[in-house]
Amino acid sequence: MSKKKLVVIGNGMAPGRALERLFEVAPDAYEVTIFNAEPRVNYDRIMLSPVLSGEKTFEQIVIHGDGWYVKHGVTLFKGAKVTSIDRRARTVTAEFLPSPAGLPARQLPVTASFDRLIIATGSSPVIIPVPGHALPGVLSYRDLDDVNAMLLAAKSRGRAVVIGGGLLGLEAAAGLQQQGMEVAVLHLMPTLMERQLDAAAGHLLERAIEARGIKVITRANTKAILGTDAVEGVQLDDGRILAADLVVMAVGIRPNAGLAKDAGLAVNRGIVVDASMRSSDPEIFALGECAEASGQVFGLVAPLYEMANVVAAQLAGNEAATFTPSATATKLKVTGINLFSAGDFAESKDREEIVLRDAARGNYRRLVLKNNRIVGVVLYGDTADGPWFFDLLKRDVDISEMRETLIYGQGYQGGIPLDPAAAVAALPDDSEVCGCNGVCKGRITAAIAGLGLKTLEEVRSHTKASASCGSCTGLVEQILRAQLGEAYNPSAVQPMCGCTGLGHDDVRRLIVAKQLKSIPALMQELEWHTSCGCAKCRPALNYYLLSTWPGEYEDDSRSRFVNERVHANIQKDGTYSVVPRMWGGMTSARELRAIADVVEKFNIPAVKCTGGQRIDMLGVRKEDLPAVWADLNAAGMVSGAAYAKGLRTVKTCVGSDWCRFGTQDSTGLGIRLEKFMWGSWTPAKVKLAVSGCPRNCAEATCKDIGVVCVESGYDIHFAGAAGLDIKGTELLCHVATENEVIVVIAALTQLYREQGRYLERIYKWAKRVGIDTIRAQVVDDRERRQTLHDRFVHAQSFLQTDPWAERVAGKDAHEFRPMAVVASEAAE
Amino acid sequence: MSAERRGWVHVGTMDDVPRRGSRCVRSGELTIAVFRTHDDRVFALEDKCPHKHGRLSEGIVHGDCVTCPLHNWVISLETGAAQGADQGSTITYPVRLSDGQIFIDLALTETVAEPALPRRKD
Ligand code: SRM
Ligand SMILES: Cc1cc2nc3c(=O)[nH]c(=O)nc-3n(C[C@H](O)[C@H](O)[C@H](O)COP(=O)(O)OP(=O)(O)OC[C@H]3O[C@@H](n4cnc5c(N)ncnc54)[C@H](O)[C@@H]3O)c2cc1C
Ligand code: SF4
Ligand code: FES
Repeated sequence: MSKKKLVVIGNGMAPGRALERLFEVAPDAYEVTIFNAEPRVNYDRIMLSPVLSGEKTFEQIVIHGDGWYVKHGVTLFKGAKVTSIDRRARTVTAEFLPSPAGLPARQLPVTASFDRLIIATGSSPVIIPVPGHALPGVLSYRDLDDVNAMLLAAKSRGRAVVIGGGLLGLEAAAGLQQQGMEVAVLHLMPTLMERQLDAAAGHLLERAIEARGIKVITRANTKAILGTDAVEGVQLDDGRILAADLVVMAVGIRPNAGLAKDAGLAVNRGIVVDASMRSSDPEIFALGECAEASGQVFGLVAPLYEMANVVAAQLAGNEAATFTPSATATKLKVTGINLFSAGDFAESKDREEIVLRDAARGNYRRLVLKNNRIVGVVLYGDTADGPWFFDLLKRDVDISEMRETLIYGQGYQGGIPLDPAAAVAALPDDSEVCGCNGVCKGRITAAIAGLGLKTLEEVRSHTKASASCGSCTGLVEQILRAQLGEAYNPSAVQPMCGCTGLGHDDVRRLIVAKQLKSIPALMQELEWHTSCGCAKCRPALNYYLLSTWPGEYEDDSRSRFVNERVHANIQKDGTYSVVPRMWGGMTSARELRAIADVVEKFNIPAVKCTGGQRIDMLGVRKEDLPAVWADLNAAGMVSGAAYAKGLRTVKTCVGSDWCRFGTQDSTGLGIRLEKFMWGSWTPAKVKLAVSGCPRNCAEATCKDIGVVCVESGYDIHFAGAAGLDIKGTELLCHVATENEVIVVIAALTQLYREQGRYLERIYKWAKRVGIDTIRAQVVDDRERRQTLHDRFVHAQSFLQTDPWAERVAGKDAHEFRPMAVVASEAAE
Repeated sequence: MSAERRGWVHVGTMDDVPRRGSRCVRSGELTIAVFRTHDDRVFALEDKCPHKHGRLSEGIVHGDCVTCPLHNWVISLETGAAQGADQGSTITYPVRLSDGQIFIDLALTETVAEPALPRRKD
C-alpha cells in the first residue's frame, strides 16, 4: 500500500524529536513533508544564548543537518509559513517568506495534502504594546534571526536595555554584555526569575548579574520606548529614562494557536489536546509549546520531548501511549552563574522547607517538602546535586530517613561523605540523568560499554545526554569517570601545545568572540603560560589571526616556519630550493629559457621536475635568493609557494584542447583556478587537480580538491590524500558550468580556512566535521555558499602579491645577508 | 686585560636584529647566530644545531630558546644545550651590550673542537 502522508507545520525541537523517534520504530510508515517559517533546519533553540555570547557557532547547535532530511526522505520547505489548513480537503497551504537577508521569496505558494497532520508552531514572544514598541531597534529573543540582529546591533558597542528579568532576558543581557554592550535589565517583579527562584536565590542572582557590570532595575514598569526613527531610550512609569540603542523584549511567550483556531480546532490558551496529543480533530496532532495538555501549556524542552515520544508512538500505531505532565527543571545558561530550580516552592501550611546557606561560598539551597517528599528544589552556587534532588522529586521518594542529611546532597547520604563517583555509581539505572532528552543512567552506561565511548562529546552524540541545556553535564562526566576510571580524561580536548590548556577550536572561537587581533593580545587574554608561546602555537595563532581578520591583522614573520618566512624550502644543508609557479602545469620556451639561465648564472646544482607538474631548482644559496627571484620575475614567473600552508599546485591534463577523450577544457580550468586561488593561506597545504575525463590523468581523485570533467559538466571532489595517508576523494557535487566550479571551490576552501585546525589537511577536517555538514553549507545552502565565496574573494584581495617581487624590492632584506662579516684574524 | 680586548668584536646594533629573531655573523668558516629575545636580551651561538647542523638562525625564537628548523630540537640560547629528551649542545659566545651596540667575544673560537653529532636518547 502507498505510504500515508504526514505533514508537519513547524520544524522546531519538538517535532524534530517526534520524527526521530518515529523513524526509529516505523521508518517507512509515512511520507513526511515539513513546512517551517524559519528558513533553516532544526536547531537547538536552547543554545541560542551561547551563540549570542559567542561561545558557540550556529553550526554547532544544528540538530538535524540537511543530510538528515535527505536520508529520511523528508521534504523540508524552509522559509515557508503555512497560512491555512483546509480540514475538509485535508490540505495545508504555505507561502514562502522573504529571506532574512531580505531576498524576495523564491517560490509560489504550495499546497500539500495530508492523511495526518502535526501542528508544532511553537510560540511567539510577547511584545508589550507600549508606545514605540514598533521602532527599529526593538527586538525579541526567539530565533536565530533575533540573535543575528542583536549581534549586528552589538557591533556598535552601544547601550542595550533588556525588558524582562526571566531566563531569556538574563541570558540575552549576559550575551549582549559579552559582545561589548552596556546592558541594563528591567524587571517588573521585586526579584529576578521569580517564576523559578525564591526571593533569596533571586537576590543572590541579582548580585551576581550586577557583579558582571550589568545594571539591574527591579520593580521597573516600562511606560514607553522613546525615539523618532530608531530606538533612543526607554521610559519607566516613575519617569526615569534610560538611553538605549537596542531594546530586547523578553517578557514572555504566547502559544501560536491562531492557525488551528482558524481551522476550527478547539483552542484555549494553546491548541487543546487529549492525552494522546490529538486535537479536536483526531487525525491532527498538536505538539510542543503551541499545545495545551491537561490545562497546561509548556515552555521547557523536557515535557515537549515527552509529548514528542507520545506523538511518535501514536503515529506508529501504539494507541496506548499517553502524555502526563511532570515537574520540570531549569538552569540559567549564563557561564559562571550556576542555579538549578525544579518543581514548585510556593510556601503553604502543609509544606515544610529545609534551607542551607553558605555565604562564604555563595551557596544557597532550599528544599520544599510535602509529607516527606520533595516537591521543590532551588540550588544556587553548587548545583551538582540538582539532578539527584530532581530525581527524588520525580520518583516521589519518601525521604524521612535521610532527612537529617538530605540538604547536604547525595554525597552525604549514609553519614560519611561518599566521593561523587561512588555516589553516581549508587544511582539506580532507571534514574533520569538528562531531563531535556529523557536519558536515564542505564542508557548512558550501556552506550559507554557497548560503543566504547570515551569522551563527553561521544556520549552526547550517541545518547543526547547533556546535549541540550547542559545542566546535567557534571553528572554525565561522573558516570564516565565511574565507569572508565583512569581511562576517562575530561580534558579530552587536546591542548594546542604546552603553552595553553585550550584546544585549537576554543582558540579559534575565542579569537572571534573576544575580537583578539594580535598574538600578544591573544596570549594575554587567553592566559598563555609562556612569555611568547612556542614553535608549535605561534605559527598556528599567526594563521588563525590572519584568516580571521583579513586586511586587519599584520602577518608576524617571526611566527612563521623559515620556509614561509623566506619563501623557499630550506634543505638539509641549509641551502634552499626554488619552485616557480607553472600555471596548471603549462610552461613556455621563455620560462624554460629563464630557468636555464638562472641555473647557470647562479650555478644551481640540481634541477628537477616535481611531483606537482613544475620545476624545482635545488641547492640555491640563501644570499642568492633575491637575485634568482629577480631574474625569474623578469620572465613573468612568481613563487610557486612549494613551502606554503596555502595553495600549492593545480595539476591538469591536456583535456579537450588535445586529448581525443577530453570533455572540457581541463587545462584552462586548472589555470583559472590556480590564478584565482594562489596566495591564499590555509590551515595546511592545498593541492588541486583537474582531469579532462574520468580516465583522470591528473590524479584529481587523490587531491585535497579535484575536478573531473564529464560531458554534462564537472564533478567536484574533495578530501583525498596521497601522502602520509592514501585516500580517494569524496564526491562533493556535480555542476554544469566553470563559474559554478569556481564558486563551490571558493566556498569549500573558505569554510576550511575558517574551521580547519592548523596543519589539518582537508581530508582530516572533513572527517572531523562530516562530509554532509560541509556539503550542506557549500552546495545546498545557496546563501551560505555565496557568503563563503565572497569572504574568500575579500581575503584574496589582500593576499595576491608575489612574495618574491616584494623581497626583490627590498622587503626583509636582513633575512638574506649576514649582519657582519668579521675577518677571522679578529679572533686571534 | 689584553686577551679580552682582542676577543671582543663589534658586530652591529640592536636594531639590526629583529625581536624574537636572529642574524648571522660570518668569521671565516665559522657562522655565529646572534639572537634577540622578546624582552631584548641578546645571545650568540654557533649557527649549528647539535643534532644535524641545522641553521639555528633560521629557527623560531620563543622565550630564551630557539627551535631548529630542520627537526624541531629546542636549544637554550643561554647555555646552548638541547632541551627535553634531546642531548647535545652548541657553543655559546659571551655578548656585551653598550648603548645599543652589540659586541661578541670571539677569543675562544680557535680553541673549540667540532662538536660530534649525538643521537636522540631512546
Ligand atoms: C619537491 C617535491 C618532491 C619532488 O621532487 O617532486 C616535494 C618536496 C617536499 N615535500 Fe612533498 N614534495 C612534492 C610533492 C608532493 C606530493 C605529490 C604532489 O604534490 O602531487 C605529495 C603527496 C600529495 C600530498 O600533498 O599529500 C607530497 C607529500 C608531502 C608530505 C605529506 C603531506 C601529508 O599531509 O600527507 C610532506 C610532509 C608535510 O607536508 O608535512 C611533504 C613535504 C615536502 C617537503 C616540503 C619537506 C620539507 O618540509 O622540506 C619537501 C621539500 C623539498 C623541496 O625543498 O622542494 N610532501 N609532496 C614535490 C613538490 C611539488 C610541487 O611542485 O610543489
Ligand atoms: C533563547 C532561548 C533559551 C531557551 N532556554 C531553554 C532552556 O534552557 N531549557 C529549556 O527547557 N527550554 C529553553 N527554551 C525553550 C525551548 O527552546 C522551547 O520550549 C522549544 O524550543 C519549543 O519547541 P517547539 O518545537 O514547541 O517550538 P519552536 O522551537 O518555537 O518551533 C516552532 C517553529 O515553527 C515555526 N512556525 C510557526 N508558525 C508556523 C507556520 N504557520 N508555518 C510554518 N512554520 C511555523 C516557527 O518558525 C518555529 O521555527 C529556550 C528558548 C529560547 C528562545
Ligand atoms: S618524499 Fe618528499 S619529504 Fe620525503 S624525501 Fe622525498 S621530497 Fe623529501
Ligand atoms: S638539525 Fe636541528 S633538529 Fe635536526
